[in-house]
Amino acid sequence: MLSMRGIGKSFLGVRVLSGVDLDVTAGEVHAVVGENGAGKSTLMKIICGVHAPDEGSIEIDGRPVSFGHPLDAQRSGIAIIYQEFNLLPERTVAENVFLGREPVRRGLVDRAAMEEATARLLDELGEDSFGPRDPVKRLSVAQQQVVEIVKALSIDARLIVMDEPSAALAEHEVELLYRLIGRLRERGVAVVYISHRLREVFDLADRVTVLKDGSRVTTVPIGEVSSDELIRLMVGRDLGTYFPPRSAGAGEVRLSLRAAGNHKLRDIDLELRAGEIVGIAGLQGSGRSELAKAIFGAEPFTAGEMTPSRPRSVREGVAMGIGLVTEDRKAEGLALRQSVRDNALLVARAVGGAKGRNGVRDLLERVRLSPPRQEQEVRYLSGGNQQKVVLAKWMTMAPRVLLFDEPTRGVDVGAKAAIHDLMRELANDGMAIMMISSELPELIGMSDRIVVLRDGRIAGTLPAGPTEEAIMRLAAGEVA
Amino acid sequence: MKRALPILAVLVVLLAAIAVANPFFLEPAGFLAFLKRAAPLVILAAGQYFVIVSGEFDLSVGSLVTAEVVIAARLIDGDESATWPVIALLIVIGLLVGLVNGVVTTKLRVPSFIVTLGMLLILSGAVFLWTGGAPRGALSEGFRVFGRGGLGPVPWSVLILLAVGAAAIWLMRADFGKTLMATGDNERAAALSGVRVDRAKIFAFMLSGLAAAVAAILLGGFAGVSAQVGQGLEFSAITAVVLGGVVLGGGRGSVLAAMAGAFTLEALFTLLNLYGISGALEFTVQGVIIIAAVAAGAIRLPWKFTPRKGDAHAAS
Repeated sequence: MLSMRGIGKSFLGVRVLSGVDLDVTAGEVHAVVGENGAGKSTLMKIICGVHAPDEGSIEIDGRPVSFGHPLDAQRSGIAIIYQEFNLLPERTVAENVFLGREPVRRGLVDRAAMEEATARLLDELGEDSFGPRDPVKRLSVAQQQVVEIVKALSIDARLIVMDEPSAALAEHEVELLYRLIGRLRERGVAVVYISHRLREVFDLADRVTVLKDGSRVTTVPIGEVSSDELIRLMVGRDLGTYFPPRSAGAGEVRLSLRAAGNHKLRDIDLELRAGEIVGIAGLQGSGRSELAKAIFGAEPFTAGEMTPSRPRSVREGVAMGIGLVTEDRKAEGLALRQSVRDNALLVARAVGGAKGRNGVRDLLERVRLSPPRQEQEVRYLSGGNQQKVVLAKWMTMAPRVLLFDEPTRGVDVGAKAAIHDLMRELANDGMAIMMISSELPELIGMSDRIVVLRDGRIAGTLPAGPTEEAIMRLAAGEVA
Repeated sequence: MKRALPILAVLVVLLAAIAVANPFFLEPAGFLAFLKRAAPLVILAAGQYFVIVSGEFDLSVGSLVTAEVVIAARLIDGDESATWPVIALLIVIGLLVGLVNGVVTTKLRVPSFIVTLGMLLILSGAVFLWTGGAPRGALSEGFRVFGRGGLGPVPWSVLILLAVGAAAIWLMRADFGKTLMATGDNERAAALSGVRVDRAKIFAFMLSGLAAAVAAILLGGFAGVSAQVGQGLEFSAITAVVLGGVVLGGGRGSVLAAMAGAFTLEALFTLLNLYGISGALEFTVQGVIIIAAVAAGAIRLPWKFTPRKGDAHAAS
């Protein structure tokens, strides 16, 4: 139904897209993959009318169209669901679905009609865990995503663009997303699916288009390509084993917890050793991030023991040599409008240490920031490069223990491998590393040991290289 | 430096325009007189800059200046020997008012807009109560020399201005400035990096209070004692900072540009004066400038389009 030919786009003379073709047929799930900066988001914004292409043509059902505004695209049946939802938390589901185009009867909003239409769409999607009158703020992230999809369907969208739809979802919620996309496909709605998670691409997509440096590399049916091939197409090189080799063994205990707890965590027993990468698994809400923040001192433990000592504040944690690479780097990790250099030096300046100030350039090279330009504002960097700056920020203080919360979320494949290499390198240099991840392949590939959390407690510990099933069984609490 | 270039260009144009209308301006004495007149506002703008860049406001500086001048006149009451103790007291009062503003803002979580607006009212009320509307007492000659006299041909206020400017620039290059900037940009990320964000903000408010004390000392000598001496200065200072391209909300802009913004504002007033436009128009001019400068900052988009709330509404 959608056909794009020779799409090109430049911003201020910088070429972002050139000669990109994309065909999407009705009822197809079409994945678009590529490293950050490959041009995925620009292409999506052109589809949705946010940007007008400089060159090339767009046809819908064989008729040429040109979108001057997102509303034009909407009228042609194209909807987009951004990574961050645009819902009003205080309003009900139905009010959100019909926001700005409420049905009106005798000058008043016709709530009954609005709620009935919403209920019908929810029903068609097989969603019965919430209703049209529930306020959005009470819904889970996954349920909010359903609301976004209902919103799209309520304008009779025939093509829905989904930007990293699973990024905010916990592992078990992704299944719900799979089911929804199945329903959309049955209705003949085309889905353009952007994701960094290759497994989802293979599970869901009918065809996949690979973008690299603003050009289309290829479009292939998913059955004709393997995961390794796809990665090679995206990065233009073979990533080989994907994960760096594990180290020989663990050294001295750097940090240990005995029956530690706070309002979210209970009875945590854990040791972090030099040279070791300990993976932390668990469903969303199991207390993974809370564990990292408690060890770090941001949301301190209130009970139990921690050796060498229990930090009561971030500064105490930092003074103990603990660093935390937060889950949300834009909200918690970086001052986006400051330069790479100022961000890299933030910790050193905050705690007043003289360490690392002169070595910023070396440090940026060590974290493989490319290009290592110190004066650029970090908001202009790709997700992968931003994460490397966060890493550099902690490396200035040469931490003894480094905690990673989702270290490669929203990071492209090439940068991901670089960050994995670096983590292993740091461990080999004698750092104790703890890594939280909801990507099971990452956990399994990187960890020397995996601790699984459930409801704020440790559900079990697994040795290196467990199966995904073993982790999920512990995380979900099913009897083995 | 790079960030200060646009405002410096505007400033040069205005100064040239003044020189055309009044050639005396090009002579050292004329130019120094301009600097002397501008000094209090420039110092206030530097103080205000620290608060704004940390993501807050300080609306209390105008009435703080008035309070300081009135207090000085009453306590000195023409007694030369009281000059230095009173100056020390004024500085302590400035720091103390800043401390209260900062502590209430950070520890009690009251928006600084409200805290400092409240402080503005408290101080003006107190001044009114204490003076009954007409300030009493007189400043000593030793006090007035800072606003009037000079070291040879160079006014004291210009020397003090240079010292304050250098100190402000140095502070912003030091760890304090860098962490303050990061706090204004992303308070949570700064806190999670070990920055003592509350302390940094309190310190910024104290610097603004200190700047008000220094400005009051200069203005007391220059403009004399009245209950209106500081009126509206908080808005002039904020306008100057914004004119310098410093973003309200924090995390962006240079102190040099903020001070250049204050010079520009003063140059604009001088120009209006030269062309015989009523001084009453100054407030109107400031109002237009502050709205225009913030609007110009808001519509300037980064070349990378970032989806804002609303775009997705339109698209979905």
